[in-house]
Amino acid sequence: MSLDMELESVLRAPALEMPPYPAKVITLANSKQMVVRQVRRFEVPVLLDAVRPTMKIEKDFYDIVGARLYAELLGWYRHRVRNEYCLVGQIDGYVVGIVNGRMVDQEIGMSYHTMAIDRGLKVGAHLFAAKMEHHIEFLGQQEVWITAESPIGFRRWMIEYDLIQQVGVQHELGGATSYKLTRDLYFDSKSRLVAGQRPVPKAQLDYALENLFIADEKAIREKICGTLGGQP
Amino acid sequence: MRDVAIIGVGMIPFGRRDEDSLLDMLAYASLDALDDAGMSEKGVDAVYVANMGAGILQHQTSVASALVDRLSLQPAAADTIENGPASGASAIKNGVLAVASGYYDTVLVAGGEKMREVVGWKATDFVATMTHPEVEYPYGITLPGMAGMFTRLYMEKYGLTQEQLIAVAIKNQKMGALNPYAHVNMVITREGIYESPDAAVNNPVAADPLRFYDMCPVSDGAAAVILCPLEKAREISRKIPVLIAGFGQATDTHTLQEREDPTDLKAVTLAAEQAFRMANLKPKDVDVAELHDAFTILEVAESEHVGFFKKGEGGKAAEKGETSINGKIPINVSGGLKSRGHPVGATGVAQVVEIVFQLRHELVPKRQVKDAKVGFTLNFGGFGNNVVAFVLRRSE
Repeated sequence: MSLDMELESVLRAPALEMPPYPAKVITLANSKQMVVRQVRRFEVPVLLDAVRPTMKIEKDFYDIVGARLYAELLGWYRHRVRNEYCLVGQIDGYVVGIVNGRMVDQEIGMSYHTMAIDRGLKVGAHLFAAKMEHHIEFLGQQEVWITAESPIGFRRWMIEYDLIQQVGVQHELGGATSYKLTRDLYFDSKSRLVAGQRPVPKAQLDYALENLFIADEKAIREKICGTLGGQP
Repeated sequence: MRDVAIIGVGMIPFGRRDEDSLLDMLAYASLDALDDAGMSEKGVDAVYVANMGAGILQHQTSVASALVDRLSLQPAAADTIENGPASGASAIKNGVLAVASGYYDTVLVAGGEKMREVVGWKATDFVATMTHPEVEYPYGITLPGMAGMFTRLYMEKYGLTQEQLIAVAIKNQKMGALNPYAHVNMVITREGIYESPDAAVNNPVAADPLRFYDMCPVSDGAAAVILCPLEKAREISRKIPVLIAGFGQATDTHTLQEREDPTDLKAVTLAAEQAFRMANLKPKDVDVAELHDAFTILEVAESEHVGFFKKGEGGKAAEKGETSINGKIPINVSGGLKSRGHPVGATGVAQVVEIVFQLRHELVPKRQVKDAKVGFTLNFGGFGNNVVAFVLRRSE
C-alpha cells in the first residue's frame, strides 16, 4: 500500500522508548515448557491467524476479547496504537496464549487483553502475570490499569491480585469498572502468582523465535470450547 | 428380600454445561439409562432423584416431580433425596430397598447437580451449608478447610506425606484423561506440580497442606441407574445384570471436634463392614473400587478405613502404584471425583455407573480392570458424618 508519508507522520503517533521484555520459560503442570516472549511487530499477521477464529466463539466472551484483541494487534501493526506491546506463550513453537497492553506514560500502564488458547494449564494466568511483570519490573511503571470483560477475567485478576477499584476512572477499554495494580500489590503477590525462569536456554528461545506456529481453526475451537465425550 | 440388579446405566460428560439446565442433565442421563436397559419410559414404577442444592443454586425444588413430568413417566412415584454429597448413593439405597421389598419392580434413580451456574466461592459456600449451623458454618469453615486440618492430623499421626498425596492426584488425572465422562482431561506430572521451580505457582496452597491439585473441580453433571429384581433382569434387559450384593450406611457426629479421634472415619468403616457382610465378601475380594476423593486425602483415608490397607498404609500403597489400574486394588480408575468431577448430587450414582461399566467389561482396554467381577463404591457425605457403601457383583 502506498502512503503519503507526510500525512502518515501525522496519523502515526510518536512512540515512547519501551524497554524489551526478557523472555522466560515456565514449566506447566503437565511438564510442558511454555516460552513467554515479546512479539515482534512483523509477527503480528501470523498472530492474527490465531485470534481470528476466536471472534466466532461466544463461550466465556472469547468473541469480544478476540475482536478487540484483533483490532488492537492490527492497530499496533499499522501504527495506529501508541506504545503497545504484545507477549506470547508458545509450547513447541505453537501459540497457546496472547496478552497485550500499552504504556500510557512512564508511570501508568494500560492492560488490554489476555487470551488463553490452551486451557486448564493456567496459561492465561501465567501470561497475565507476565504482563504485570513487564509493566512493573521492566517498563518500571507505578501502576497498571485493568478491567475485565469476562467473569473468568474478573475472578483471576481482581480477586487473586486484590486489585484496587478506581472510582470515576475510565479504562481505555471502556465499560466496566477500572481497577489498578500498584507496585506494592504486585510485589506482595509475585511469589504466589508470577512463575518462570530466565534466561531461556538459547536453543529453546531460538526455536520459539523462528517458529511461530498457529493451530488450525478446528483445533483452536476445540482447545477453547472443549469436546464432549461419548460412550465408553 | 429380593435380590436387586442394575440393568441399565446412563451418564453425561461432567464439566461446565452452560447450555443445559439441571433438569436437562437429569433427563439426558435417565434416557441414556433407559436406553441402556432397553426399556421404554412406561415401565418405570418409581423415580428417586438425588440432588443436594437445586433449592439454593437454581431456586428450584421438587426436582423428582419435575423429572417425571419431563420424561412423561406419570404416574410413577417420585421422591427427591437430599443427603449432602452422599445423596446419590442414598437415592440408590432407597431404590434398592423399594425393589427388594417387592413394592416396586423397576426403579429409576438419577442424580444430578448444576454447580457451575455460580462462581467458585459461592459453590464452596453452598457445600459448606452441610456443616454445623452453630459451631462450624458461622466461623467460616469450608469443606476444603476441614480437609486441610484432617490432612495435617493424618500426617502427624500416620506419617502421610505430600508425595503420597501427589501420587493420588497424578494417578487420578491420568485416568480421568482416558474417561470421556471426566471434567478434567489433563495429565499432570510430579515435575509440573511439585518439583519444578514453577510448581508452587502451578499448584498453590488451597487449604494447607492441601494444594490446588489435591482438590476436585466444581462440576455440572448427572448419572442414572435402572434397578429391578434380579429374577426379572434377564426378561427386561439384554445387558449383563450387576447385582447389588451388599450395601451399608452409617453416620457419625455432625462436627469433627466431637469425635474422639478426628482421623478415625467411623462411619466409613461401619458402612463398608455392613456392605461386605451383606455381600458375604471381604475387602480382598474387590477387583475395582470407586472412593470419594473430593480431596486426595480422602482416597487415602478411605482406602484404609474400608479395609483395603492397614491404617497408615494407604498413602504408601498409592505411592507404590498399588491403587493404579494394574495394582493390587485399582481405585478410582474413572479418575474419581478428582478428575471426573463432583456434581454433588450426581457423584454417588456416577460411582455406581462406573463400576457397572467395569463389571460388564465395556471399557476401553486402558481403563478396563481385567476380568473384574466385584466392585465397591463409597459415597462420603458431610465430613464423614453420613456414608453409604455398595458392593456390586457381576451376575453371570
